[in-house]
Amino acid sequence: MRKNPILRETSHLLIPAILLFALYVQFHGDYGPGGGFQAGVIFASGVILYALLHGIKKAEKVISLTLAKTLAAIGLLLYAGIGVLGIFLGGNFLDYNVLAHDPTHGQHWGIFFIELGVGITVATVMISIFYAFAKFKK
Amino acid sequence: MIGAHYPVLQVVIPLIAAPLCSLLPKTKLPWLFATAIAWICFAIAIVLLLQVYQYGPLSYEFGSWPAPWGIQYYIDIVGAFVLVIVSAVASIALLASRCLVETDIAPHKHALFYTAFLLCFTGLLGIVATGDAFNVFVFLEISSLSSYALIAMGDNRKALTASYEYLIMGTIGATFILIGIGLLYSQTGTLNMLDLRERMHAIGGFRSVHAAFAFFTVGISLKLALFPLHHWLPNAYAYAPSVVSTFLAATATKVALYLMYRVFYTIFGFEFSFDLLNLGLILLPLSIIAVVISSFTAIFQPGVKRLLAYSSLGQIGYMTLGLSLASKAGLIASIIHLFNHAFIKGGLFMCMACMLTRMKSTRYADLAGAGRTMPWTSAAFVIGGLALIGIPLTSGFISKWYLVLATLEKDWWWLAIIIVFTSLLAVVYVWRVVEQLYFREPHADCAYVKEAPPLLLACTWIMILSTVYFGIDTRFPVTMATAAAEALLQ
Repeated sequence: MRKNPILRETSHLLIPAILLFALYVQFHGDYGPGGGFQAGVIFASGVILYALLHGIKKAEKVISLTLAKTLAAIGLLLYAGIGVLGIFLGGNFLDYNVLAHDPTHGQHWGIFFIELGVGITVATVMISIFYAFAKFKK
Repeated sequence: MIGAHYPVLQVVIPLIAAPLCSLLPKTKLPWLFATAIAWICFAIAIVLLLQVYQYGPLSYEFGSWPAPWGIQYYIDIVGAFVLVIVSAVASIALLASRCLVETDIAPHKHALFYTAFLLCFTGLLGIVATGDAFNVFVFLEISSLSSYALIAMGDNRKALTASYEYLIMGTIGATFILIGIGLLYSQTGTLNMLDLRERMHAIGGFRSVHAAFAFFTVGISLKLALFPLHHWLPNAYAYAPSVVSTFLAATATKVALYLMYRVFYTIFGFEFSFDLLNLGLILLPLSIIAVVISSFTAIFQPGVKRLLAYSSLGQIGYMTLGLSLASKAGLIASIIHLFNHAFIKGGLFMCMACMLTRMKSTRYADLAGAGRTMPWTSAAFVIGGLALIGIPLTSGFISKWYLVLATLEKDWWWLAIIIVFTSLLAVVYVWRVVEQLYFREPHADCAYVKEAPPLLLACTWIMILSTVYFGIDTRFPVTMATAAAEALLQ
């Protein structure tokens, strides 16, 4: 890596911007184009770029494979959990109207957490797939 | 209060259980957890069937959005019946899977294996429970992707190529179904199946609707492994881990057949499918060829798992044969065989699982003399084989009886003769196994093998005894199949 100062410095410039843009796409998804899936892919691409340039070991210090797998499960559970919460609060499955004091806020909160679940799962699954290929030995 | 949510809980419980399962430690916890979930789903499926049978179809609106706009779950008697079949087979297969998974699959993959199994289960349940055409595609992908992973976990390296072949063919099938859904959506502007049906009557036969019909037919036939689109199935079933072949052989093709009923009867309607487009004319010859050729091919297979896979192709042929008769009696025969074959083939594959735990191979020569070393397993295989042939007092006989009645109702004697003739072919291939089991000396290295583990053997016998039970007391499958056929033909 030391031999490629251009790549290294560019990555230092780019990776924070990529991660920040991912968060923007994630949380601005209900007002503009975007949403959990796109944000997850962008976020994962930031981590993958880091792993490509600095090696898989350093990347695993940031997000280990175990952590990625756990987060993938948690994201899906967040999605399904919000759905089931609708049942417990007296509505149907995935009913956002009952999540807050009035339906408009409920819809907002519902879509926010659902997309967050999607984002977490997509990002960590992309990272896990990358690790699985990168660490593959015959 | 919770009772109103059963249609969605049926699918959501295994869906939530799958990620939880992946977080469990490397003990026997994943097995216990997955088994418990499957039994809970089985209980829900029975409650749903009782409710639907008494009070009529159930509908459930996601997020409380009303039906044609939001996603609707719609469970009528056909769906509830198939839900019971799928969840019953899953609960028995998972209960039996403990020792099979220990021998077949590396310990650090156990939790992931059960996760994939639960996802596949979720997908199959979802296809049946949903009333939304696009939702069908999503669940089809969930079940297919997880079954590719499950098949690839087989210990033989050929499992990888088998899984890859299934992946290619399955993806083509799913894509064709998606194109069909897309064409219908472009013509009607709706994805809700009941709404589609109503609008279909209004718009009549545009060419794009005909194209959609063709795409659905080919796509579902691929998933169903109907001749000549069956090539992926024998390898996939032969090289998959035994518990996976048991589960997929008993449920996956059955759910595809359910989808066929749904598309041809509920969405397009009987008149459009069978009178206007003459679906029977295409399905009938293909089914006959499937039954005859697969039964012949099954005779010449080197191993019993492959034999059972080819026999499955033939049995699927019987089911589509009943469908292609385009009559109520034929449809009833098809649904009855769907039910009976799930337990017959599930039981037979579990017998092979028992043998695999002790013999490490299901080639004919390696099974020699197993009648002496593993008497209970061998006896179970004989009873299952008799049911496959269709001997009276087994459920296979009931299926064949209704199928022959349906052909005679049309005065198609030649077809009844073909059905009886192919049953004789089944005698040949079942006899080849029985001869090895009972009339050969065991090999020196297999002479002292023990009987299969008790839990596995018990589950095998539950499957096998159910085929005998439903061969004698036919009230449950016949009542349900008749009600289902009436619901489909409405």
